[in-house]
Amino acid sequence: IMSLFGEVPQATPVAVFKLSNDFKEDANPKKVNLGVGAYRTDEGQPWVLPVVKKVEKIIVADNSLNHEYLAILGLPEFRSSASKIALGEDSPAIQENRVGAVQCLGGTGALKMGAEFLRRWYNGNDNTKTPVYVSAPTWENHNAVFANAGFEDVRPYKYWDAEKRGLDLDGFLGDLESAPKHSIFVLHACAHNPTGTDPTHVEWMQVAEVMKRRKLFVFFDSAYQGFASGCLDKDAWAVRYFVTQGFEMFCAQSFSKNFGLYNERVGNLTIVARDSDNLKRVLSQMEKIVRVTWSNPPSQGARLVAITLNTPELFAEWKDNVKTMADRVLLMRASLQAKLQALETPGTWDHITQQIGMFSFTGLNPKQVEYMIKERSIYLMASGRINMCGLTTKNIDYVAESIHETVVNVQ
Amino acid sequence: MMQVWDLLSWWSEVQMGPPDPILGVSEAYKRDTNPKKINLGVGAYRDDQGKPYVLSCVRKAEAQIAAKKLDKEYLAIGGLGDFTKACAKLALGDDNEVIKSGRNITVQTISGTGSLRIGANFLSRFHTEARDVYLPKPSWGNHTPIFRDAGMQLKAYTYYDPKTCGFDFQGALNDISKIPEKSVIMLHACAHNPTGVDPRPEQWKEIADLVKKRNLLVFFDMAYQGFASGDIDRDAWAVRYFIEQGHNIVLSQSFAKNMGLYGERVGGFTVVCKDAEEAKRVESQLKILIRPIYSNPPMNGARIAATILNTPDLYKEWLGEVHGMANRIITMRELLVANLKKEGSTRNWKHVIDQIGMFCFTGLKPEQVERLTKEFSIYMTKDGRISMAGVTSGNVGYLAQGIHAVTK
Repeated sequence: IMSLFGEVPQATPVAVFKLSNDFKEDANPKKVNLGVGAYRTDEGQPWVLPVVKKVEKIIVADNSLNHEYLAILGLPEFRSSASKIALGEDSPAIQENRVGAVQCLGGTGALKMGAEFLRRWYNGNDNTKTPVYVSAPTWENHNAVFANAGFEDVRPYKYWDAEKRGLDLDGFLGDLESAPKHSIFVLHACAHNPTGTDPTHVEWMQVAEVMKRRKLFVFFDSAYQGFASGCLDKDAWAVRYFVTQGFEMFCAQSFSKNFGLYNERVGNLTIVARDSDNLKRVLSQMEKIVRVTWSNPPSQGARLVAITLNTPELFAEWKDNVKTMADRVLLMRASLQAKLQALETPGTWDHITQQIGMFSFTGLNPKQVEYMIKERSIYLMASGRINMCGLTTKNIDYVAESIHETVVNVQ
Repeated sequence: MMQVWDLLSWWSEVQMGPPDPILGVSEAYKRDTNPKKINLGVGAYRDDQGKPYVLSCVRKAEAQIAAKKLDKEYLAIGGLGDFTKACAKLALGDDNEVIKSGRNITVQTISGTGSLRIGANFLSRFHTEARDVYLPKPSWGNHTPIFRDAGMQLKAYTYYDPKTCGFDFQGALNDISKIPEKSVIMLHACAHNPTGVDPRPEQWKEIADLVKKRNLLVFFDMAYQGFASGDIDRDAWAVRYFIEQGHNIVLSQSFAKNMGLYGERVGGFTVVCKDAEEAKRVESQLKILIRPIYSNPPMNGARIAATILNTPDLYKEWLGEVHGMANRIITMRELLVANLKKEGSTRNWKHVIDQIGMFCFTGLKPEQVERLTKEFSIYMTKDGRISMAGVTSGNVGYLAQGIHAVTK
C-alpha cells in the first residue's frame, strides 16, 4: 500500500542540537561543549536560580492557585511587569498607555507572533513581499521564523566584519540607507547572537536616525537582558533610546536565559504603539493569531516570573542572580584572553573581552572548527561561535591550548 | 519639529478584531454583576461548587516532581520522551502493534490547539494531493481558522441532526461517500464538540469502511479521552479500531480536560506511518515545523502528565478521578432533565441524557440563547451549546427555569 508520506524527505537536523548530540556520544573524558546557548556553572552544570527555587516553593504551597486557562494574551501581571523590565519602570510610553504585550512561548514564540502580525497588518494587509532584514550573521532561527510567517524576502544586513572582528558600521548604515522603505529590521537589543558584538550608544543613535528617516520598522530581539553587562538597565539602553525617538516598535523578550527558565518557554512580545487606540486594535488582532497557534500560553513560567518581578525582595535577589551569571562569563572571557596571550597564540584576541554576553565569535574558520571537534573533542558551531558558559576554571587551560594548537596547525 | 508622519501610526488601518466566539463568552460573563449568573461557555470542568478542580493525582505528581529538584534545560523539539511515549500508549493501548513496531511518531504539543496546528501545517506542506479538510457539521469553532490559517480549505460533512438532536448517520455516510479521494477527514474520537453526539460502535465500523473505500486521510481529534464515558479505553475505541483496520491516521490529543491541566498546555500529535523508517522522516519534518513557532515545548505540564501516566498508583488514582468527573456530568444531565420536567416543560429533552462528554447541544436557537443571557445571565455560545461542567446541583434548578422560560 502506498503511503501518503512516501515522499516526505528526511530533513537535515538543526545544527545546534546535532552538535549537542554528537557531544553526548563522544567518549573523550576531556570533551567540552561550547555549543548550545545555556548557562553553566563553574562545575559545568545547569543552574536553577536560587530565586526560582524559592518562588517555585511559594507556588507549590499556594492552594489558591490552579491550572486554569490563562487569557489568550497571557497572564496580565506577567505581561506588564515584563514590559517594564524592557522599557523601564518610568517609561513615558508606559505612562502614556501605549505599551501592550503578548505572553508567548519563549523568545521564539514572541518573534513568531510579531512576525505573523506584521505579515498580515503592517503597512497594508499583505506583507509577504515586504523585505525582512536580519543581521549577517544572526541566530539561525530568525530566518525560519520570518519565512514561516509568510515573508518571502528575508535578507541579510551587513553587521559582522570578519577581518577586523568587529561591527561593520558603514555596511550596516549603508544597508539601512538602501533598504526599500518600510522594510522590517530585526535588531539584537544586546549581546548579539552569535557575534557578541554590539553597537556603541553613538552607533545605535546613528542607526536610529537612518531608520526614522527611511521609515523602517524596528523589531528588537531581546534574549539576554541582564546577561550582557550584568545590569538590566544598561542592557536595555538601545531599546529605550528607540522609544524616546518616537518609534512604534516590537520587542521580543525571552526569559529563558536571564531567569534560567529555558524549558518553561517564558517570553513576551512588547508592543509600543502611537497611542492606546492603535494599541487596542493591534492586541485584538494578536489574539486572533494566538488562538490559531496555541490558544493561550503556559502558566507556570509566567507565574514564576511575575511573582519575582512584582515582589521587591525577590526582584532584588533575581537581579543578583543575573549578575552572578554575567560576572562568571566576564571572568571566563578575561581568563581565556589572558591565556591565549600568554601562549602567544597567533592573531589578536582582544575581541574575546570586547565582545559581550554568552557568545563569542572566535574567528576560527570551518576547517579549524572541524579540527577542534575531531581532534580535541571541543564542540563549537561551524561559524566559530563559542558559548562562554561552557568554559570553566577546570577546562579553560585545555580549551586555550586547543585553540592555540588549532590556529598553529590548521589554516 | 514634529513631522506629520510622526503622528500617524503603522496600525491606523488595523481593524478591531471581533471577540472570540467561545472565549468571548467567559469575558462577558465576568463583567456581569448578577449573583445568579451561570457560565456555561468554555469547556473547563467545575466541581459541584462551581469551582475549578485540581486533581489530587496532579497535586501528588507536583510534589514528587518538586522533590526531584530537576533542572530547567531545554526539552528536545519533540518534547519530553517520557511524556510522548506514555501519551501514545494512552491513546493506542499499551500493546498496540503500531507502538511496538515503532511506526508512530508522537511529539509533545501546546495542548490540543497546538497539536491541531502542527498537524495542519504538516498536512499543508506534505499532503499535497489534496487541500481539503472535511469537518463534521458542526465542529469545534477553532478548527476552521486553524486549518485555514495553515493554508488548507475547509469543507463539511453532515453530522448533527437538529430534528433529533442526535447523529445523522445516513446523512454522514451520504456526504462521506462523495468526498474526493485523499481528502482529509476530521473525526472527533469521542465526546463530539459541540454536540456531545457520538457514533455507536457499529456506526463507527461502517464509517471506517467507507472512509477506507474513499481513500481518505483520517485526522482524529481526541480532546476528551476518559471524559466521555469515564473509561479511557472505551473512549479511545474508535481511534484503535481505525488503526486496526489499516488506517494510518494522524491524531491530536489534549490533556487539558482529562487531567485538568488546561493552562499548562499539554498535548500530543501523532502520525501513524507505514514503518519506523518513515516515522523517522516524518519526525524530522515535524521538528522543522515546530522550531520556527516556539522552538521546543513547555516542561511543567508534560512532566506532571508523564509522572501520572508512568506511576502505577498515580495512574490508578487518575482513572478514578476522570471517572468521577465524567460521572458528575452524567448526573447533571439527569438532574437537568428532571428539573425541566418539574418546571412543566413538555419538550423532548432526551438528547440531554443521550449526548456525552462535556457539552450538550440543547437545540436552543440563537434568539433563545440571547434571551437566556440577557434575562437570566446564563452564558453559553450562540449555537446553543452548554458546558455541562458548569452545571451544579446548586444552579441546575435556575438553569431549568431559564431554559423552560425561553422554550415554552
